[in-house]
Amino acid sequence: MSKDMSYAAVMARKNEIMKQAIGIDYSVFESGGISFDYERMMREAGYTLEEMQQIQAETSVGNTPVVELKNLTALARKLAPKGKGARIFIKDEAANPSGSFKARRAATAIYHAKKHGYKGVVTATSGNYGAAVASQAAKRGLKCIVVQECYDSRMVGQPEILEKQRACEAYGAEVVQLTVGPELFYTFLTLLEETGYFNASLYTPFGIAGVETLGYELAMQFREKIGRDPDKVVITHAGGGNVTGTARGLLKAGAKDVEVVGASVDLSGLHMASDRDFNRKSFTTGHTGFGIPFATWPDRADVPRNAARPLRYLDRYVLVKQGEVFYITEALSVLEGLERGPAGNTSLTAAFALAQEMDKDQIIVVQETEYTGAGKHPLPQLTFAKQNGIEILFGNPDRDEPGKNIILPAHPSDIKVRDYDIDKARASYIKNCINNCKVTEITKEDFEFLVRDAKTDDSFVEGVLAELNVKIK
Amino acid sequence: MISAKKGDWVQIRQVVLKPEERAPQVPEDTKKMPLELWVKGIAQEDAKIGSTVEIVTATGRKVRGELTAVNPRYIHDYGDFVPELLKVDMQLKEILFGGDSNE
Repeated sequence: MSKDMSYAAVMARKNEIMKQAIGIDYSVFESGGISFDYERMMREAGYTLEEMQQIQAETSVGNTPVVELKNLTALARKLAPKGKGARIFIKDEAANPSGSFKARRAATAIYHAKKHGYKGVVTATSGNYGAAVASQAAKRGLKCIVVQECYDSRMVGQPEILEKQRACEAYGAEVVQLTVGPELFYTFLTLLEETGYFNASLYTPFGIAGVETLGYELAMQFREKIGRDPDKVVITHAGGGNVTGTARGLLKAGAKDVEVVGASVDLSGLHMASDRDFNRKSFTTGHTGFGIPFATWPDRADVPRNAARPLRYLDRYVLVKQGEVFYITEALSVLEGLERGPAGNTSLTAAFALAQEMDKDQIIVVQETEYTGAGKHPLPQLTFAKQNGIEILFGNPDRDEPGKNIILPAHPSDIKVRDYDIDKARASYIKNCINNCKVTEITKEDFEFLVRDAKTDDSFVEGVLAELNVKIK
Repeated sequence: MISAKKGDWVQIRQVVLKPEERAPQVPEDTKKMPLELWVKGIAQEDAKIGSTVEIVTATGRKVRGELTAVNPRYIHDYGDFVPELLKVDMQLKEILFGGDSNE
C-alpha cells in the first residue's frame, strides 16, 4: 500500500521521519515539561572538541587565519572620541573549503552521517550551509540533496541564492528549488522519507558543536599573537548556531571574560514568507527575520530540540542596517584588499561602530568572513534591489524602510549599532515556552531551566511567569 | 520549439501544493500562489518544453515533471555597475588617505 503523501499526512509523520533521519533519540534528554538536559544532549549526542578538531582536519576545515584590519581601525579612530577606537580583527573563515564557517558545521554532520551508514544527506537551506554540506559530502563520498527556498511566484530568484544553487551543483549535489513558503519543510520530509538519507540539519548537537572549534581556535590564536583574550567577539546572528557554537568554544578555551555580541541586519517590516516581500530584501541571512524568531523560540527548527540556543550565550544583541553593511563591505574591499561577504560583514559593520565606543588598547574580533562571487556581491545585490523597485539613497541609515529603500550612510560616522533589548527577547522566549507547552504551572526544574536558557536570574523569570499567571509547583 | 533529447541535462517543474492546499499560516499573497518546485536531471525520453518528462537527478532519484529548460544556464552575474558604490569607495579613500596620498 502506498503512503498518504498529502500535506497533513506527511506532517503527521514528522517525528517518525525525523527519528530515522537523525538517529538521535531526543526523548532521553526530555523532562516531560519545558526543560530538557541541554548539556547532556551536547555531551552524549555530540563530539568532544578534540574529536571535532580531528574530523575537521581530515577535510581541511578550520585553522583559518586571523587578520588585523589596520586601515579600518584607523578609519574608526578618525571618527571616535580621543583615546577610543579598539583594534579590529577578522577571522577569515572564507578560507574554509566551501568559503564560509558553515564548513565546520557540515564537517561534523557529514562525518556523523557516514559513520552511521547513511548513503546520503538532505539539508534545507538557501545559504552557505548548503554549499558546505555539498562540499563535505563530496569529500566523504555521500550523496547530497539541498532544498532551497529560491524563487517568488514569477520564478525570479535572489542572485545570492542562485549562486548557492550553482555552488551546490558544482560540488555534485542535487538542488531542489521551491517558491516561497514554510511548506518547504513538507518537501524536505518527503525527500527524507523517499531516500532514507540523513537530515544534515543546521541545528543538531554535532552541527552546533562543529562551530565550537571556531571559538576555541580564536581564543588560542589571540593568546599566541597578542598574549591575551579579545575584549569583544562580534557574531552575525541568524538561526543562533554561530553565536552558540562560537561562545561555547570560547568557554571551552576558558575565555570567560570575552563579551559575546550578536549582530543582525534590521529587516523589520518585511514578512519572510511573503511572495511579494521575498525579493525585496537584500540579505538572505544574518537578519532579524531569523535572528529574533530563533532567539525567542529556538525549538521552531527542523529537529525536536535545537542545539542552537543563542539567549544562553548572548551578552548583547545589536542591529545594523542593510545600507551600512554594503558600505562596510566596500570598505573591507578598498581599504583592506579583502573582497568578502556581504552578509557575513554584518558583524564587521557592528564591530566598526562598537570599536569607536572602546578604548584604543582594547580588541574587538569579527569571527567570520564568507566568500564572494557572482550574485553574492554588492553589485548584483544592489542591481537586483533596483530591479525590484528598491531605491538606493545616501543619507541617515536610521531612516531606511526595508523593502522600500536602502540608505547608504552619507558618511562613515553615520554607521552605528542599535541595541536590541535582550530582556525583551528573554521575556518573549519564556512566554513562548509557556504557550507552546500549554501549561498553567511549571516544575522547579522547568523554572531553573528557563533561568539558564534565557541567561537571566530568578526574579526576572518570576516576573514574567507572574504576568502570565503561571505558578511554580 | 526547444525540445530535449533523451540523455540531455534538463530542468523540470512540479506543482507541490495548489493554492487551496497551502498551509494555514502562509501570508495572503503567498497563499494565492501554488508551491512550485524545480529540479534538474537527465531526461529519460525525448520531450518538448511544457510536456511531461521523467528525469534522473544527480542522486539517482527518478522524478516526473513539466520540462522547463534544456542545459539550463546560470543566469546570475555581477549585475549592473552601481555608481553609488564607486562614490562610497572614493569617499573612504579620501577620508583615510587624503586626496594626494599617491604622490
